[in-house]
Amino acid sequence: MTDETALLSPSPARPVREGEGGGRGQVWRSRRYRWDLRFSPYAFVAPFFLFFAAFGLFPLLYTGWAALHQVELTDPDSMTWVGLKNFTRLWDDEFFWNALRNTVTIGLLSTVPQLLIALGLAHLLNYRLRGSAFFRVAVLTPYATSVAAATLVFVLLFGRDYGMVNWALSGLGFGPVDWQNGPLASQVAVSTIVVWRWTGYNALIYLAAMQAVPGELYESAELDGASRWRQFVHVTVPSLRPTIFFTCVVSTIGATQLFGEPLLFNGGAGATGGSDHQFQTLGLYLYEQGWVNLHLGRASAIAWAMFLILLLIAGAARLLRGRGEAR
Amino acid sequence: MRASARAHAKVRRTLVSAGASAATAALLLTGCSSDPAETSKQGGQSGGKDQTTLTVGVFGAFGLQEAGLYDEYMAQNPGIRIEQTSIERNENYYPQLLTHLGTGSGLADIQAVEVNNIAEITATQADKLVDLAKAPGVDKAAYLPWKWAQGTAPAAKGGATVGLGTDIGPQGICYRKDLFEAAGLPTDRAAVGALWAGDWNKYLETGKAYKAKAGEGKAFVDSASGVMAAVTGSSAQRFYDEQGKVVYKTNPAVRGAFDLAASFATEGLSAKHQQFTPAWDQGFSNGTFATVSCPAWMLGYIQDKAGPAGKDKWDVAQAPKPSNWGGSFLVVPKAGKHAEEAAKLAAWLTAPAQQARLFEKRGSFPSASAAYRLPAVSGAKHDYFGGAPIGEIFARAAEGVPVAVVGPKDLVIAQNLADIGMLQVDQKGRSPQEGWEAAVKAIDNALDQ
Repeated sequence: MTDETALLSPSPARPVREGEGGGRGQVWRSRRYRWDLRFSPYAFVAPFFLFFAAFGLFPLLYTGWAALHQVELTDPDSMTWVGLKNFTRLWDDEFFWNALRNTVTIGLLSTVPQLLIALGLAHLLNYRLRGSAFFRVAVLTPYATSVAAATLVFVLLFGRDYGMVNWALSGLGFGPVDWQNGPLASQVAVSTIVVWRWTGYNALIYLAAMQAVPGELYESAELDGASRWRQFVHVTVPSLRPTIFFTCVVSTIGATQLFGEPLLFNGGAGATGGSDHQFQTLGLYLYEQGWVNLHLGRASAIAWAMFLILLLIAGAARLLRGRGEAR
Repeated sequence: MRASARAHAKVRRTLVSAGASAATAALLLTGCSSDPAETSKQGGQSGGKDQTTLTVGVFGAFGLQEAGLYDEYMAQNPGIRIEQTSIERNENYYPQLLTHLGTGSGLADIQAVEVNNIAEITATQADKLVDLAKAPGVDKAAYLPWKWAQGTAPAAKGGATVGLGTDIGPQGICYRKDLFEAAGLPTDRAAVGALWAGDWNKYLETGKAYKAKAGEGKAFVDSASGVMAAVTGSSAQRFYDEQGKVVYKTNPAVRGAFDLAASFATEGLSAKHQQFTPAWDQGFSNGTFATVSCPAWMLGYIQDKAGPAGKDKWDVAQAPKPSNWGGSFLVVPKAGKHAEEAAKLAAWLTAPAQQARLFEKRGSFPSASAAYRLPAVSGAKHDYFGGAPIGEIFARAAEGVPVAVVGPKDLVIAQNLADIGMLQVDQKGRSPQEGWEAAVKAIDNALDQ
């Protein structure tokens, strides 16, 4: 759609400025240019938001709507309005609180060691090493392993009768631990899988951030007589603060949604999280309500409760961080 | 539950991951536009002739394809092409089937349904499924009456037979001859069966006698929950009454089965396993327990896990009472484009001759009792189990199974009784009363909408 008047404009060599004489075409063209400048970026990002609306926002809102109803998966079309009942009943639902408690403890048991080890690993990888590329790829391999495969191996390792962990423990003179049934033991075992899978991933993020720390800082610290350890504490860690914050946020979200590891750690039993629900996380409880017991309304309420919990955590973190920066 | 356990025991691999759901979403998006194109493409392949493609949706390694039944049907009916889609685990397959039935889209022409889900299907989805009793080639008399009844909707819902039975899981007791001999018990399968014939309590007594002689570290049964599944499977009324009311809490048969199974744990006769876990598999290969209640489909599993070293050590005897554990059905959704052709195929796949083939090739025991007279079943012997006449043993069990009342939430109730209640008793050493209460609490929460 060529603009003919624009092509025929009197002096094409002279730049046309806005408001300067010219024909209607020039006005039109400059207006289009402004529109282009203003709106094109939106058009470019639009596909993401369209997909987000279809696969993110709509399910979110629909879940919220379903949470206010009694809906069964056997007949998802018939919804009975129950108001906030699905939410209020969570207060008295001991399985929900149990799952929440487990999610918090497993989250802490996995996130804290995971990030500390990752920081240490990144620090080591940041040294000039022979074959550093190999080590960097190597730390990432657990992350590339599928949850299912990794968990099945860990189930074998943590076996009660013939597991390698118990075999090693008995070698050290400790009795066999029933890793699947002990409340704490099972949570430690599940956390181990998470730590194993995600440490390398976080280490690489830390490593990338570490390499952006200006070398002069280390040089001057060294001139001041700071040891490697003090350099790490006083130069590396403070420079990494935004990165650490980022990994904390991502790990918290991951921990809240923990699902695959506890599900598969439970052998054939599905979503119960052990005979005493000892490692049933919120994600598992949501799955059990929705896809085993087929109560979509209750499951939706749990999903929204998880979402609200995350928002609360995010809000708290923001407050803390804001205060930290103001100081 | 246990047949679904069987399905994921066979291939315990991935969950439906984010990737898979993304793929499903993509399929949904393109679904409408690509359908006509596909049909015409198939028309082109068959040289312009009218060819109908029938799809079959199953969970796990269902066996129909593996036994070559599709190929045979396609050879007999040149106008038909059969495609199968399989989802590994029934717990992923079944919710998806329900969603598809709800929206009337994304359905295969024939869908498999696990026995624990069939009551829910007949009670809530019968209006969306074809009445297969009227399909050509279906003969009600060929099926076991209790299996036929399970696939039939309640009279209030129209009474249509929407599910045709495929396999079932009549049970025997698999036992280790060498361990029995060491404990001074008989090893001949008739004599072993006679030890406990007619009464599950005698099975417990045999266990006590075994323990007295067998010494430390040798258990009589693999797990208390395995015993419970077998005992509950032998009673006509279980979790629901005829009116469809949940009665498991007050039904003496259920509580009796629970307490009996629990005494295997409290008497120290159980190896404290959870079935279909790696540790259970290792128990087979290490010979840590002497008996296991085994439905017909479990023989192959035992052979697999116990390995060549277990050959001629394992044998199978009649269970104390006839009992069933597991099995499946085929249903035909009305929303399918070729419902009529699909009904014909479903009838053929579940006809006695084909069920006998499935048994011969895959060990899935026929639900069509007419198949028991066919030589493939009546003459079947299992080499691994000392040449046991398994066709005869399991047919006798199958014909004795009572017409059980099945309810929509059988799966949830059975699963919580086993994996919460019985497991707490077996593995955590809780008292049977504590285990029972924990299971009841979990079931109440699960059944509450």
